[in-house]
Amino acid sequence: MSAQRLSDVLAEARAERRAALVGYLPAGFPSVDGAVRALTAMIEGGCDVVEVGLPHSDPVLDGPVIQAADDIALRQGVRITDVLATVEAVTRATGAPVLVMTYWNPVDRYGVERFAADLAGAGGAGCILPDLPVEESDPWRAAAERHGLATVFVVAPSSRDERLAKITAAGTGFVYAASLMGVTGTRAAVSADAADLVRRTRASTELPVCVGLGVSTAEQAAEVAGFADGVIVGSAFVKRLLDAEDLDAGLAGVRDLAADLAKGVRAG
Amino acid sequence: MASPLTQRTTHPAATSAVAPFLRGPDMSTDNFFLPDPDGQMPTARGYFGSFGGAFVPEALVAAIDQVATEYDKAKADPAFAARLNDLLAHYTGRPSPLTEVPRFAEHAGGARIFLKREDLNHTGSHKINNVLGQALLTQRMGKTRVIAETGAGQHGVATATACALLGLECVVYMGEVDTRRQALNVARMRILGAEVIPVRSGSRTLKDAINEAFRDWVANVDTTHYLLGTVAGPHPFPVMVRDFHRVIGVEARRQVLERAGRLPDAVVACVGGGSNAIGLFHAFIPDPGVRLVGLEAGGHGIDSGEHAATLTVGDPGVLHGSRSYVLQDEDGQITEPYSISAGLDYPGIGPEHAWLKETGRAEYRPVTDAEAMEALRLLSRTEGVIPAIESAHALAGALVLGAELGPEGLLVVNLSGRGDKDMDTAARYFGLYDSSPEQDPSQEGDR
Repeated sequence: MSAQRLSDVLAEARAERRAALVGYLPAGFPSVDGAVRALTAMIEGGCDVVEVGLPHSDPVLDGPVIQAADDIALRQGVRITDVLATVEAVTRATGAPVLVMTYWNPVDRYGVERFAADLAGAGGAGCILPDLPVEESDPWRAAAERHGLATVFVVAPSSRDERLAKITAAGTGFVYAASLMGVTGTRAAVSADAADLVRRTRASTELPVCVGLGVSTAEQAAEVAGFADGVIVGSAFVKRLLDAEDLDAGLAGVRDLAADLAKGVRAG
Repeated sequence: MASPLTQRTTHPAATSAVAPFLRGPDMSTDNFFLPDPDGQMPTARGYFGSFGGAFVPEALVAAIDQVATEYDKAKADPAFAARLNDLLAHYTGRPSPLTEVPRFAEHAGGARIFLKREDLNHTGSHKINNVLGQALLTQRMGKTRVIAETGAGQHGVATATACALLGLECVVYMGEVDTRRQALNVARMRILGAEVIPVRSGSRTLKDAINEAFRDWVANVDTTHYLLGTVAGPHPFPVMVRDFHRVIGVEARRQVLERAGRLPDAVVACVGGGSNAIGLFHAFIPDPGVRLVGLEAGGHGIDSGEHAATLTVGDPGVLHGSRSYVLQDEDGQITEPYSISAGLDYPGIGPEHAWLKETGRAEYRPVTDAEAMEALRLLSRTEGVIPAIESAHALAGALVLGAELGPEGLLVVNLSGRGDKDMDTAARYFGLYDSSPEQDPSQEGDR
């Protein structure tokens, strides 16, 4: 029941009266082994939870940074089996909850039941499928429940209250609140919509609400930690690896950023 | 409100020459907005059988709900139909003619072939039918900015045209490869005041232009309508775009009855995303004796792996917001399509086509680059009509079908666009330039 481990970790953060830190990196980037080491470094640096991206050829919700990383991973031939192996290796090395974040078609094509079974077998905690709306999610949620996986839904500033209730009733683990209307990527400031969305989401659910999209610095993490249960950071980690001279420098950059952000979520 | 029957102003030939029972249900010449009258398909959630749906990020759910709601209201609003009909008649130039092409048909086993002349619409293709409808819808929604994807540039040109007409801001995403092979249409869009953004991600063609348009839409949805140009995408786009193009088949059905005195053996159209094909096919679906034949881009041949024959060799999957057939590998990664025709160079297909294939109501065949280019040259030289390379795929299919049917055969082929935009590609393909122009690898049909 890896979904339980996710809930426990988020509850521990809440008990410490701080926000949890959730980090994202795509599997296979900059290499399969490099991604395992980078995800491990993120957790050692201070991330409580990690999301492993399953790279997709058509990442319509991702900005240029994650597109570039997905592209590198796919050109090197990363496969779904590599993603599952990454989940297993990071889970075994760290004990932290590991989610998979991807688009629906790879899961659908791999086979919904097979993917849920294999992800659970790898020790995964659950899935975030941002292009699978709640209306289309019954087959996935049934499989996820059978295999003890969390299903994390995304809510957006455009989500009306009655929709928030419907989505949060179907979700497990936590709710991913998109801080703004847009694709992934770093932003200069946290959107003013984020706090309002978290407030509205909390009105319909007891699940922790974690905020992502556009958060990249300790200051922003502290700001978000002031009103949310968790802070999700993706593109800023990817950028550390993209900009690094070599893998070791990239790993150091990822570890430093995680440590920085971990201070941020404790200052909120 | 008067019923459509009493409002009808029928062409004199229709009343005198054709028995009433041969006329279709939608006969008026002044009504060009003809949503599916039976309304059986799709389901409320946008499904044609197991295909369709709306696989969109939460940030777009409110926007597509708004489009669906506003489209339903527009359908019920006589003022919307009146405005659209006025534009389709006096701006687009509907109805488009049906042209018989006997000299071309000599090469098709002597079957009778009629072309539905969507190339004669304003802007040079069928795309304007849908664009005017959605542009008016954009105004109804109070939005001021329109984004669009384009492959061949025909949808982009039509969108830029409608935006100029209605005073809307227009941004068109176009794969970088396509901006080069359809440079004329890039210039047309810019003259019309649109911003054309070359897309450099992925295969740098239509699929990637759609990805980029979705990214823009998520970020600007308050002010912006995504004027999707084909019958793919999330519900309600496949049904709405089909409804706006349905006039093609309704007109063609009436015209062929007037001219040939019977329904055709087959109606024939090229399919990329599938908008011109569904427009032609739809009014013929209830006619069991009429075969619906779609021609896909076979590129260098199915066995070469370089093609865009989604229904011939693809599998069910989810791309750009709906479940349909897609070209993909065993991990669900979309594979890069290839066609000499920018408008057919797409690894997906509208969900209604997937359903028509699965139920056996329509059939889909691949046509290679070489077959399409030969058909382009043949129609030009036998009939004085230069087709778009996209439409030339349908013509190539008609040559084969005609030979299969023999001299008694009767075909209606959708000439969905004119070929002006393709003259550089064709001149290079056939070696028609006096001196060798600057070489551009994207023009060679190999990427």
